[in-house]
Amino acid sequence: MIITINGEKMAFDQEMSIMTFLNSKKIKPDSVVVELNQCIISADKYKTTWLNPNDRLEILRFVGGG
Amino acid sequence: MIPMLEDSFEIGGKKLSSRLFIGTGKYASDSMIPDVCNSTGACVITVALRRVDFNAITDNVMQHIPSHMQLMPNTSGARTADEAIRIARLARATGCGNWIKIEVITDNKYLLPDGYQTAKATEILTKEGFAVFPYINPDLYVARDLVNAGAVAIMPLGAPIGTNRGIRTEEMINILIDDIDLPIIVDAGIGKPSHACQAMEAGADACLVNTAIATSENPVLMGKAFADAIRAGRNAFLAKAGGTRQFASASSPLTGFIRNHEGLS
Repeated sequence: MIITINGEKMAFDQEMSIMTFLNSKKIKPDSVVVELNQCIISADKYKTTWLNPNDRLEILRFVGGG
Repeated sequence: MIPMLEDSFEIGGKKLSSRLFIGTGKYASDSMIPDVCNSTGACVITVALRRVDFNAITDNVMQHIPSHMQLMPNTSGARTADEAIRIARLARATGCGNWIKIEVITDNKYLLPDGYQTAKATEILTKEGFAVFPYINPDLYVARDLVNAGAVAIMPLGAPIGTNRGIRTEEMINILIDDIDLPIIVDAGIGKPSHACQAMEAGADACLVNTAIATSENPVLMGKAFADAIRAGRNAFLAKAGGTRQFASASSPLTGFIRNHEGLS
């Protein structure tokens, strides 16, 4: 399935949850905020929220800014 | 003993011990941030929200921000009110609180803010319980719209972001200080402590400084210099400066002079 993550199309063979994806990228779940199809997903739902074909996932974090 | 006036500063539901707000952008190393927080004595610090880059291992700026600091995420990158609202909601979802600095910018050369879109975002986010700090051109009518929209402060620019050019909009900022019944926090363009002092002397309630501290050769020392300047300017404002005049006015008595030749004037 194809999922657009942070604006980039990515192909995946297996179903996966948001948590699975974060773990695959070695991203600490508490360091990011996640939006799936423009809905904010709370951290306690990362394990139970599964990604579907054509989903649009945004994974963001704070960076330096003024 | 110097008679000090009561000068508490409460904003967005928080009582602050410093009128210097600082940013986290442009540091050679984010590891300097704790020392800058310490040297400035600042209580409020800004951050931006961005997509995670999966191909780059980057430092997490949050690990450098002392836990006592009040976070003020900005909506930089937003080009419309809707994008600013989206960023604000995401920022709040991190659990950092309800403060948000609204930046809506489409002009890439001067990074000047869009007042109309900013007011629209402010109105909606205020209704959602955010403490909204809008970044604007110092325009009286936009500022009035923002008061009506529920902003908790107004953040007029002194000069375009990152230019270090000082308070080029001084006259317009003075109008906001005079007319707008909300805290005025001068943001952007402040390049030297004397600029911040100038804004505070004029009656601004606070200043936000990022580039000038972060890009100096010694950000920790420059942070202290800004803190001192903000304090000096604030005290001068409270002390109320004497009037100006065109011609000289002697500071010493004009009587009782000693003369070598009596009778000559």
